[in-house]
Amino acid sequence: MLKSWALITVVALTSAGPVLAEDEGMTLLKSHADINNLESLQRGARNFMNYCSGCHSLMYLRYNRMATDLKIPESELPNLMFTSDKSFETINSAMPPDAVTWFGKQPPDLSLMARARSVDYIYSFLKGFYVDKTRPWGVNNLYLPMAAMPAVIETLQGLQKPVFKSEPDERGNAKMVLSGVESMSPGSMKPEEYDEFARDIANFLDYAGEPIKQKRQSLGVFVTLFLLVFFVFAFLLKKEYWKDVH
Amino acid sequence: MAAAPESAGGSTGGGLIGWIDQRFPLTKLWKEQAAAYYVPKNFNFWYYFGVLSLVVLANQLVTGIFLTMNYKPSSTEAFASIEYIMRDVDGGWLIRYMHSTGASAFFIVIYLHMFRALLYGSHRKPRELIWIFGCLIFLLLMAEAFMGYVLPWGNMSYWGAQVIVSLFSSLPVIGGSLVEWIRGDYYIADATLNRFFALHVAALPLALVFLVIAHLMALHEVGSNNPDGIDIKKYKDAEGHPLDGVPFHPYYTVKDLVGVAGFLLLFCGVIFFAPTFGGLFLETPNFEPANPLQTPPHIAPVWYFTPFYAMLRAVPSFAGTQVWGVLVMGAAVLVLFFVPWLDRSPVRSIRYRGPIYKVMLTIFVLSFIALGICGLKPPAGIYPTLAKICTVLYFAFFLLMPWYSKFDSVKPLPERLTGHA
Repeated sequence: MLKSWALITVVALTSAGPVLAEDEGMTLLKSHADINNLESLQRGARNFMNYCSGCHSLMYLRYNRMATDLKIPESELPNLMFTSDKSFETINSAMPPDAVTWFGKQPPDLSLMARARSVDYIYSFLKGFYVDKTRPWGVNNLYLPMAAMPAVIETLQGLQKPVFKSEPDERGNAKMVLSGVESMSPGSMKPEEYDEFARDIANFLDYAGEPIKQKRQSLGVFVTLFLLVFFVFAFLLKKEYWKDVH
Repeated sequence: MAAAPESAGGSTGGGLIGWIDQRFPLTKLWKEQAAAYYVPKNFNFWYYFGVLSLVVLANQLVTGIFLTMNYKPSSTEAFASIEYIMRDVDGGWLIRYMHSTGASAFFIVIYLHMFRALLYGSHRKPRELIWIFGCLIFLLLMAEAFMGYVLPWGNMSYWGAQVIVSLFSSLPVIGGSLVEWIRGDYYIADATLNRFFALHVAALPLALVFLVIAHLMALHEVGSNNPDGIDIKKYKDAEGHPLDGVPFHPYYTVKDLVGVAGFLLLFCGVIFFAPTFGGLFLETPNFEPANPLQTPPHIAPVWYFTPFYAMLRAVPSFAGTQVWGVLVMGAAVLVLFFVPWLDRSPVRSIRYRGPIYKVMLTIFVLSFIALGICGLKPPAGIYPTLAKICTVLYFAFFLLMPWYSKFDSVKPLPERLTGHA
């Protein structure tokens, strides 16, 4: 009886798995970001400060917390702090409140972007800009259609143009749909260099979304080991007590 | 001068315990509730979920107290105060994840605990009142979980509250003013957050704890059921203890310790390695602050409510009102209260029931899980039809029970328990 119920539960749960994977828009690129790669996180922090922090805040992350977690020497910190001279302050952008009139919306805070969307989303977004003359800044984004953000990384990545493919619509007529992007003109970085640039930023924002993530996982290993030992002793204790019950 | 009267059943010893026993029934309580409380010796896997729900309740109470120390119940500060707990409070992240994972764990163990009762007929006479207290606990737990989910003031908190609270507006005549009364405003706002906080941290936990005590008192009054569903008080030894029973302490305290250890392994696995559980325990839109101007791409309640949410959506509007869905959803919970009287089988346990009950229970469990999946998905494709079918199957299990449980074949009951743990 127990076995058949366990089987039903397992079958039901495994069939629920794929059902939960939502399909929304373009398939995201895999970032292969690794939260345990300290150098990647440090580079991501530097890239973020140089290219993103002018417009985007990390209003829940403090400079000194970042320095401690990412092993950035206190002496290096002033080179990364553009909008504050107090290391205990949070990372706030230089955007004035009326920036909304520049872009049509205030550049969003990125503290929790990796949690609200995903690391792969940030990586894909950074690689998703393409030329679109109908947009105010002349660019659109494959992963966030109608994005208000200008392609500030254009000089690094170079320009990309959209690729369309023909697909039948509901009436069977051919219809052109956006299927991807391809390089139009090279930027200052080679494609692999730019991939690493985007991966490092995505990785850093994963850290910024949950600064405790790495410690949480390593602590979890010890907790699990302790509980395994505890389980064995509890089991042996139970056996000892119950041996006289028939 | 007469000596102080001895408390009945208590110790007459000296020392601190003796001093207390003359003034408070400490030893008496311990004996009645644990050391001399006889429990059937054949409890199996399914009997862990009672003690596990106590463990989770304690976890929620303790972590909840620590969360309130830094949480700000204000629409402008709530979201940031959660991030403050996650980042700046020492160990705050652990406390918060224990609480958020505990909420889902609570429903997992409660659902399995209720399923156990359906397996072995634990709700049958003389345990109807235990079952009713349990159903009340389940009902309050749903309210508690819903209000707790609103507190982080993320975008899913906000829109979930919006959807669920406005359900009441479909009630005729009183609907509109009832919703206003619940919200304390014309929309989900600061006033709503404040009152949900008050109910979540004071009123409902207090009521829950009292009900849990009543649940356990009623249980210890009549004694536990068991997987064979037969009475163990028929055969007693010379001292009047059931032959097939063992004292709760130490036998089941050490056995439950194994169950608790196993549970903690899974529980901590989620806390440390998958606290959002792929967006099921902490939904991704809730990492964006509440935004009354922008709905999440797809509003779905947390997984433990989705079976009932699917039933709500499965019922079409009729005679110009949506109230039928709300009534069906309410009925899906209320029908649980009547199970002890709907079940007419001459035996309690599924071990001695015929094939009909086994088939019906299997269909019921599968349709409940299917409803849960339907409630998570947008109402498109096969899901609306599947939800309709499963809603009918859900109610068929309960409403047809008086007939199928009566006519089902039964196997002869044993005189004594057939095994031990």
